Amino acid sequence: MWRPGTVVVLHDETATARTITLEVPDWPGHVAGQHVDVRLTATDGYSAVRSYSIASAPNTEGRVELTVERLANGEVSPYLTQEVAIGDRLELRGPIGGWFVWRTQQTEPIQLIAGGSGIVPLMAMIRSRVAAASIAPFRLLYSVREPGAVLYRDELEALSNHGQPVNLTYTYTRAVPKDWPRPPGRIDAALIATSTWPSNLVPTCYVCGPTAFVENAAGLLSDYGNSADKIRTERFGPTGDRK
Amino acid sequence: MDIVSRGFSGRRSAADVKLPPGQYLTTDFPVLSAGPTPHVPLDQWEFTIEDGTGVLRRWNWKSFRDLPAETFRVDLHCVTRWSKLGTSWEGVPLDTLLADLKTDASHALAHSYGDYTTNLPLSDLMKKQAWVAFRFDGKDLAPEHGGPARLLVPHLYLWKSAKWVRGITLMHQDKPGFWESLGYHNYGDPWREQRYSGE
Amino acid sequence: MSSHSYDYLDGNAAAGELSKIFALDVTAAEGQCAHCGATKRFAEAHLYMRGPGVVARCVVCEHVLLRLVNVRQRVFLDMSGMTYWSLDTSLLHQISR
Repeated sequence: MWRPGTVVVLHDETATARTITLEVPDWPGHVAGQHVDVRLTATDGYSAVRSYSIASAPNTEGRVELTVERLANGEVSPYLTQEVAIGDRLELRGPIGGWFVWRTQQTEPIQLIAGGSGIVPLMAMIRSRVAAASIAPFRLLYSVREPGAVLYRDELEALSNHGQPVNLTYTYTRAVPKDWPRPPGRIDAALIATSTWPSNLVPTCYVCGPTAFVENAAGLLSDYGNSADKIRTERFGPTGDRK
Repeated sequence: MDIVSRGFSGRRSAADVKLPPGQYLTTDFPVLSAGPTPHVPLDQWEFTIEDGTGVLRRWNWKSFRDLPAETFRVDLHCVTRWSKLGTSWEGVPLDTLLADLKTDASHALAHSYGDYTTNLPLSDLMKKQAWVAFRFDGKDLAPEHGGPARLLVPHLYLWKSAKWVRGITLMHQDKPGFWESLGYHNYGDPWREQRYSGE
Repeated sequence: MSSHSYDYLDGNAAAGELSKIFALDVTAAEGQCAHCGATKRFAEAHLYMRGPGVVARCVVCEHVLLRLVNVRQRVFLDMSGMTYWSLDTSLLHQISR
């Protein structure tokens, strides 16, 4: 069930995040929101497995893009963001997941809420919507530590300009851009009320990011009137040994 | 066919000390868990020794801390392959907790706040092989590492050192605990690399 | 005495491991907790993976739903914490290629 992918493109998104494009022969295709497990094996047989969301829209070229954020104490992410070279092969298992997905047949309003690297699977959903020329209305609330941490900034800019498919709100937890109207902080009820779909429109909501972020945002969506079965969540976190 | 990842070696570091087979040295203190960290207020904490018929001994935090404790240094070996050497602790030996207890039980099941259990021969808890430890590295034991108090049985893999320990049940028949019942070795001697059942 | 520290993931994180055993996607599966009776999507279960094995817990009562351990060429699976699981048969994995 492990299949090899060859690294064909490397692109640094920020100082700490890199997108790796893999060519995977016989890739069965995927749905936006799914992830892959990546396995690295040392020469003595020691192996480590980590999950990464697929960033690319479904395509027929057998290409899979992963955006990896380097964790300071990570065992795998420093290797993937700094060592991996074009031509290297990585073992992948997947695509995995059938709940935290957006399918192009969905037409209802979509509310996306991303915390940090939680933007990755949601970006796949946005890219999928664009590629399929869907008319489903999308809103994205994207929370990052500080402006330099935003992933896919130019692409999101283009997709959220007037008349474009995604209504985008940034929010910052540590440092804000100059003249930003809101001080840094967690998402709160006021922000949900001003930037997300009114709950009576019954959007399907996707919340992704670190566990604490997801619990806060999902709780606020629920308080705002969205029912539990309309709120889908995916929690990110280190899966190697904690310190 | 496994692909070898060019230049990947993982978190291991070479050791010039003798480690049990298959282990690597760490200077961190990894936190592994099977469930949420319990938060036990000290005024509710208890440690009990029971057998099939009832509670034989019980301590609350005050009476437990009134017992003679000792500081000691031991090596830790986790079945997930990391070893941490020369760790310093303070705790009450099980010899003290079991002193003068008349029992013909052969085994013990340690159980924790939360639902974790682990089993071992009663004799492995005695003769200075086991403690209920409440301080690590000169500080009160942090909840994520098993505080207020954990079992420490360093001659076995660390899953036998039950975090958040709340008591020992004495048994006449061995009964596998949380991990022993799902593929892990019933005894768990790191020097004989007894990681999994059937080895 | 449950934790308020967010040291768990969710069912999505265990889906890769479970794909070794189940042909169908487990994240969309609905499962009933054998302890409290709550029926929830497995994607929402609390997942503890940083240990000797994978442990999934009920979000309502925190009892163990499922445990998985990899032992060399064998995988041990205990699902006694669930009374049932119901899975969507249209969500087959693409595993055979």
